[in-house]
Amino acid sequence: MAGIHFQTVRKIFGKTTVIKDVSLDIHDGEFMVLLGPSGCGKTTLLRCLAGLERVDGGRVLIGERDVTDLAPRDRKIAMVFQSYAVFPHLTVFDNIAFGLKMQNLPSEEIKRRTHQGAELLQLTDYLKRYPAQLSGGQRQRVAVARAIVMQAAVLLMDEPLSNLDALLRLQMRAELKRLHAEIKATTIYVTHDQIEALSLGDRIAVMQDGKIVQCDVPMNIYDYPANKFIGGFIGTPPMNFLQGAVNGDGSVSVGASNIAPASSLQAAFAARNGQPILLGIRPENLTLASAQQANTISAHVLVVEPLGSHKLLTMQVGAEMIKVSVAPDQSIASNQDVWLHFDPEKIRWMDAASGEAIR
Amino acid sequence: MRSKLESLLPYSLLAPTLLFVTLLIVIPIFQAFLLAFQSADGSFTLAHFQKMAADTSFGDALKFTFLLLIFIVPLQVVLALMMALLIHTRFKGHTFFLYIYAIPLAISDLAAGIAWLAIFTERGYLNSILNQLGILEKPFLFLSYQNLPAMFGTIVIAESWRATAIVMTILLAGLQLIPRDYFEAADVFGANTLKRTLFVVLPLLRPSLQNALIIRTIFAFQTFSVVFALAGRVIPVMAGESYNWYVTNRNPGVAAAYAVLILIFTVAATWFYFKFLKTSAAEAGYD
Repeated sequence: MAGIHFQTVRKIFGKTTVIKDVSLDIHDGEFMVLLGPSGCGKTTLLRCLAGLERVDGGRVLIGERDVTDLAPRDRKIAMVFQSYAVFPHLTVFDNIAFGLKMQNLPSEEIKRRTHQGAELLQLTDYLKRYPAQLSGGQRQRVAVARAIVMQAAVLLMDEPLSNLDALLRLQMRAELKRLHAEIKATTIYVTHDQIEALSLGDRIAVMQDGKIVQCDVPMNIYDYPANKFIGGFIGTPPMNFLQGAVNGDGSVSVGASNIAPASSLQAAFAARNGQPILLGIRPENLTLASAQQANTISAHVLVVEPLGSHKLLTMQVGAEMIKVSVAPDQSIASNQDVWLHFDPEKIRWMDAASGEAIR
Repeated sequence: MRSKLESLLPYSLLAPTLLFVTLLIVIPIFQAFLLAFQSADGSFTLAHFQKMAADTSFGDALKFTFLLLIFIVPLQVVLALMMALLIHTRFKGHTFFLYIYAIPLAISDLAAGIAWLAIFTERGYLNSILNQLGILEKPFLFLSYQNLPAMFGTIVIAESWRATAIVMTILLAGLQLIPRDYFEAADVFGANTLKRTLFVVLPLLRPSLQNALIIRTIFAFQTFSVVFALAGRVIPVMAGESYNWYVTNRNPGVAAAYAVLILIFTVAATWFYFKFLKTSAAEAGYD
């Protein structure tokens, strides 16, 4: 078992710096998710840890071992590839056993561990088949089994579920979580799917443009995004943003209404008198009110979408659009004018220019 | 009407190729068979084959054709594989070496044979260099009927130089078809370069190896120009004998008999490779 430490890791492709001095400490046995849009550098960071890319600066440590200059095979890692990379010319058994055979382990042990891995992923009936005779989901299991039987201290997964259809992805997600609880290897999981990240991660490191912009437990990432990008990236639908301006008394005028920030933020707002500011709030933290009261804004309902577990409303507030999620039995129709209540404790205020959260 | 035109379109597009193949390949093959099995009065005969087999050079031609094949094909495939693997590592400057390796592709086989003649002949480049380095006092006769092994060796070298590039091209193309993920997975799961080559690269390259072997073996049965340039008829080969019977002995019947024999060997070799190097559909990764 081993923790992982990235120390100011830099990676350059041609003239582009794709990893910009990233430092990250991952605890022993932790499930860490690297989350970000495509091109943010998350896969490259994972490949630097695997040794498939050479870093151009900084160090990579696994446990106490500096692995920066080691070949992939000397790093004692296992990996699940996005394409699975299950060898087409080998049977399921030989695929799962591949890493063990490379270590020249005794054949009895190879057999035992391979069967164990196959059992864990329900592949026992397919051991003699070739990958081409398997479904996508089964091939994915082979890739996971091949990695798990290595019993490596560090398990890397590069978007392992992205090639599966939606239903299968849901099943495998839960299965991966169960597996991690069972084997407890330090796991780094790369994904662009925020639901996967929230579901699987002990912690999530959100990456943007070659940097880690926030690293925290999933609910903190969701409730307290560090900036506008993260709020807008995580959540379905994502966080709503409204323009506002700070008043002399520390309240914020949004459209024709005034919203009072949470009391803990009063000092920060006093210094921002007259400045523009961004109000961020999640669709489920807005409630409908029948009359104007404190912290309400008038809104016009444009679209009502009943989605079974909730109703999704698209509303116009001033010139801006926001999404609101309400209970499925809430009576509401399009073209209605309503009052929206903003819970000050649930609002994430952000600097209008930089998009950084105000704390 | 429109659909009828559309259904004719594929055939009209295939027509030029079909015409080309018919005129230049199918008809000549048919004529060769006629020549080989027809007597002067047009009746069926095996006389040409009997004459071919009775000729003193026939045994030697068979022997040397197969000897060249046995020496050249494995040597070329191993060399070409090493070159292709080297290029595939994409080391700095690999394109330069790719061009160097590909030069022989652009040179006709007779020209290549003559170039190597200039190297190996009594006062050729090789003897001059060895002489100037003080290794040899007088020229070594590489191309003498009194030293058949040396002569045979020069042919193996010249043929290998000339035709390894085509094998390398096929293998490199095959390597580039293999997704890099497989190589990376092998690396991550603990394979060193040798094990990765043996257990991952070569099995995945098998379809390309099969193609390369087939093409190379077919060409080896047709070896002619390079041998002719370096050894004349001292080392006879089947294609050379065919030419000799046609041009020198003015006997198209025996020449055609040789051609038919080469065809039979070629088909047999191809069948052999398909039978014993065949990748099952499942192993090849097809659903």
